[in-house]
Formats: sequence, structure tokens, C-alpha cells
Amino acid sequence: MKIAVLIKQVPDTDDVKLDPETGTMIREGSGTIINPLDLNAIEAAVQIKRQVGSICEITVLTMGPPNAEIALREALALGADNAVLLTDRKFAGADSWATAKVLAEALKKTGEFDLILAGEKATDGETGQVGPEVAAMLFMPCATYVSSIEYNKDNVVVTRTVEDGTEKQRIQYPCLITVLSALNNPSMPTLRGKMSSRRADITILTSQDLQIETEELGLKGSPTRVVKVTTPQKTRKTKRFSGSQIEKGILQLVEEIKSSVLKQ
Amino acid sequence: MNPSVMVYTEIRNGSIHPVSYELTGKARELANKLDCQVVVVTLYNSLGDKLENFFSYGADKVIQSQDECFSFFNQQIHTNVLSAIIKQQQPQIVLAPATTNGRTVLPAVAGTIHTGLTADCTGLDIENETGLLLQTRPAIGGNIMATIKTPHHRPQMATVRPKTFKIPEKIEKSGIIEYFEINQDMKHSTIEVMDYRPLEAGSENIQDKDIIVSGGKGLKRKEGFDLLKELADILQGGIGASRPTIEAKWMEYPHQVGLSGKVVSPKLYFAIGISGAVQHIAGMETSEIIVSVNKDPDASIFQVSDYAFCGDLYDIVPKMIELLKEKIPNQSNGKEGESNVQ
Repeated sequence: MKIAVLIKQVPDTDDVKLDPETGTMIREGSGTIINPLDLNAIEAAVQIKRQVGSICEITVLTMGPPNAEIALREALALGADNAVLLTDRKFAGADSWATAKVLAEALKKTGEFDLILAGEKATDGETGQVGPEVAAMLFMPCATYVSSIEYNKDNVVVTRTVEDGTEKQRIQYPCLITVLSALNNPSMPTLRGKMSSRRADITILTSQDLQIETEELGLKGSPTRVVKVTTPQKTRKTKRFSGSQIEKGILQLVEEIKSSVLKQ
Repeated sequence: MNPSVMVYTEIRNGSIHPVSYELTGKARELANKLDCQVVVVTLYNSLGDKLENFFSYGADKVIQSQDECFSFFNQQIHTNVLSAIIKQQQPQIVLAPATTNGRTVLPAVAGTIHTGLTADCTGLDIENETGLLLQTRPAIGGNIMATIKTPHHRPQMATVRPKTFKIPEKIEKSGIIEYFEINQDMKHSTIEVMDYRPLEAGSENIQDKDIIVSGGKGLKRKEGFDLLKELADILQGGIGASRPTIEAKWMEYPHQVGLSGKVVSPKLYFAIGISGAVQHIAGMETSEIIVSVNKDPDASIFQVSDYAFCGDLYDIVPKMIELLKEKIPNQSNGKEGESNVQ
């Protein structure tokens, strides 16, 4: 049983505050973390390994700058066996297609995986596209929005949580699964895991190793281009009420609900 | 004839989801600028609604593919069939709903046919000089808006969340319905759908609600949600929750609002005892009216609110309930009205 987990290093936005003047994120001082949903994917892999035993091997892959090594070491501390860093200046500026291309080629090169796991989306890009794109490039089926995984020898049974209910699907290997936070509660790394992850070897692969045409790499290989970035103007005029003003505020609100919200 | 603008529609449990009409209307606007047709793709097994509805919202052609294999969502089959239809029709643009279906199938199609895809667009337009699709989406938790183009690959594809665009006025218009035959290769799948369970009554998808009352850690205890339910019931609204309350198991995951939960855009959103982490704000800030209650005068949530109530939520929310019941009698007294009739 070979499992791959695709992870992404993202800015730690949990403690980030908004600038009251501009409404933009204050990024200074925020570190990087493993994308939270990817931790659920790692945990799912570790749980399967616990069930299957040592013949199960977990490889964690990430595309990013050289310091994404930190995220990989954390994944090793959490129980992954191998780590692969996909790093190259030519990868920079990749959109979801060009990112998926690098991951798909790396997955082909590193081994025949039965199961590929990833978070449903990353907290920075929020596209949720890379997982299904990788699956398509590898001609694999893909289950998204997965909230439970039951491992079997020849297949996995997953529950997908969708808008109006849940779907249970049985999927043959090989397949790719993107997971939700409801799947599990990620464990903390053990001290032993932390110690051994510091010394572990990390495989580094570049565009040359993956033999991808330059035309398909990074910004150049991205079908989409960001052509303009704007900061939205704050349009809301906040009415503040405290102390003795609160009742007056509620009455205003009730009037607005009556006249506009419930009328529409 | 110029290549068309295509819409991948959402048909759930035998009925056409309103987002399909919203996108058809937007596709019509774009097609008028490009002087081309609007082609709507419908994949289903059973259907209670009329396909002709799409003509009233601006479609020129409806591609119909009816088969048992579409009874349930199957990522492989839906991807195979949509990819085949795109190859046959050669549209210049494909719009799809940013639902769990669209957000699964469209990236797989993009990977299959090698083109670009922009997720969760809030604005779509045509660039005058080039005729290219301008796709605008919020980035970095909605703090910036990015405009994206797909210059060299076709089709240019975008997903759009429900309720981003309005359903257009109906028009008098006719069109053609074309049958798309699917073959055994397209139906081949290693996914077996075993079971589908709809949400229980009363736990409808909060994304479909016009009014949402959300609670955060400021409630201090799980039972705080009972108070929010009381408020939501008066307004026939749904219940939302911040991520920490989900992690504390005060509320179930389908209620989570935010980047790792659901992105909602109701007419009225209450954020009660929610400080306003970036990840939460990104999930609700496009709501029409935002009301927040928090005891911290510096809470981030106040910056995105129309009504900001600073104080103890256990004083303020009961007051809201009391005044709503008093001022909106027909909703809160509905049951008494019924008994009078008898």
C-alpha cells in the first residue's frame, strides 16, 4: 500500500488581524503552517498505516520555495515515511493547472501510489482545484469533500458531505481523495517523531528531474493570468450601538428587516 | 458563427437548481457582447422541471443527456461527458456553479482538456479590445480582488457561487433542444455510488437561506445556540457557526461558515459572539446586511458590519427576539391565527 499526501505551506492567518483603515490583512509577524486541511489528510494516511502495518508507506509531497522543507519535516514528524520537495525557480507563479502538472509528474516519477490524499482546499488560494486536476492528469477517479474514509484492501469507502446530504461511494485504487476538517482530529507530533524528522532525508526534484517542458511550467505554463489586483473599498457604513443606545439600534434593525429583508 | 458561451447546469434530485438560471442569464449578457449563442448542458436521469425554462432566461440551445448513470453524482462520468460535450461544441467560455458538483467536475475537465479555470468568480465581463473573459474573484480572504484572464487556452472556464448573480427577467424566446448520446466508454467508472442520504428536515443547506444566525465562542457554552435558534425561527432563518464552535462540538460541520466551511451570502447575517477571524469574514462578507453582537469594542467583525452591537449578547439577543416578536406579528403569531380559523 503506497499512499501519497499532497500538502501546501500557507501563511498562518489564524491570528491575522485586519487593518482598520484599509481593511487589508496585516501579514507581518505571521509565520507559515501546513494548510490546516492537509493536516487532516496526513492524519488519514497515518490512521490507514496504523491499520495496514509497516507494508504501508506514506510519502508527502509539496511544491514550493526551499523553505517549504519546514512543512515537510513537520509532516515527517506526524508520521510520514518519505518527503519530496518540488522546488525550482521555474515553478514560480504557477496557477492551479501548472501546480497540478508538477505534482502529477512528480507522483508518476516517485512511485505507483494506490491512494493520494490532499486537503479540500488551501486557506490562501482557496481554489480547491489542484486535487481534481491532479487526478485528471493521472487518469484517476477523485472523491472531493470527504468526511469519512474506510480502508479496504482493494478499495476505499468514503462519505462525501455535499450541500443537501451525504453520499457514500466505493472507489477502486488508484484514486485521489480531498478531505474536509470533519474527517478527523489531527494528532500532535510526538517527540520521537520530531527528533527523527530533523535528520530525515528529503528528496528534492526540479523541473529537469521531472522533464516537463518549460512552456508548461510556472507562470509561463499557467493557462490563467492575473491581470489586475484591486483592494475593494469598504462600502458598509457601520452603525455602532452600545449601552443605552442598544434598544434604539435594535428598533432600527427591526424596521429594516420589516421593510426590506422580509419584503423581497 | 462565433464559438458559444456554455453553461454547465446543476440538477439536483430531479429539479433545476436556481444557480443554473443565474448563470444562463450571465451567459446571455456575455454572448450578446460576443455575438454568439448560449448553450446549456443538462445531465440528469429524472427531471420535474421543463428544459424550455432555459430559453426564457436566454439560452439558444439546450444539450440534453438523460441516463440512469446521472441518478447520482459520479465524478468520472460527469467529467467524461462534460469533456466530450466541450470537445464537440467547442465553446469559447464555460460557466459552472461553484457547488460541490461544479467544483469537482470543472477542475477535472480543466486537467483533462488542458485549459484554465478560475474558482468562485464574483464578476464576469468581456474585455472590449480582445473579446477575452475577465474573471474577477476575491483573493486572500476577500482582502483583494484579482482579475484573471485565460489568454491562449480554450475554453475560458469559471465557476460562480450560487446567488452571485441574479436570475434575469423571463423573456419570450425559443430555442432548440439537442440530444447528446453517451457511450459505454464515458460510463466506465471505478466509483460505485452506494448510498445517498438527504439532510434531515430542519437541517437544510444554510447556503439556500435568506437569513442566517451564526454563533461563535462568545456564546460561552453549547446551549447558547438554543437562543440563536429562537431568533432564527422567528425569521425562518438557518443556523451558522464559527470554526471554534465546530471544533468544540457545539454545532455540526454542515453549519460551519468560513473558508474551511461554507461560504454564504444571505440577505441578512447575524454574527453573534464571533470576533471575526479572517477565515470567518471571508465566508460571509458578501451578505447584504450584516449584524454583529460582541462584547469586545475592537472586534474585527464590527468593521464589516452594518449594525454593530457592543455588549453582552445574553442581554442583546433576547431583546432582539422580544422586539421582533412584537413588531413582526404575522410571523410569530402564525399558530394562533390558525387556531382562530378553526
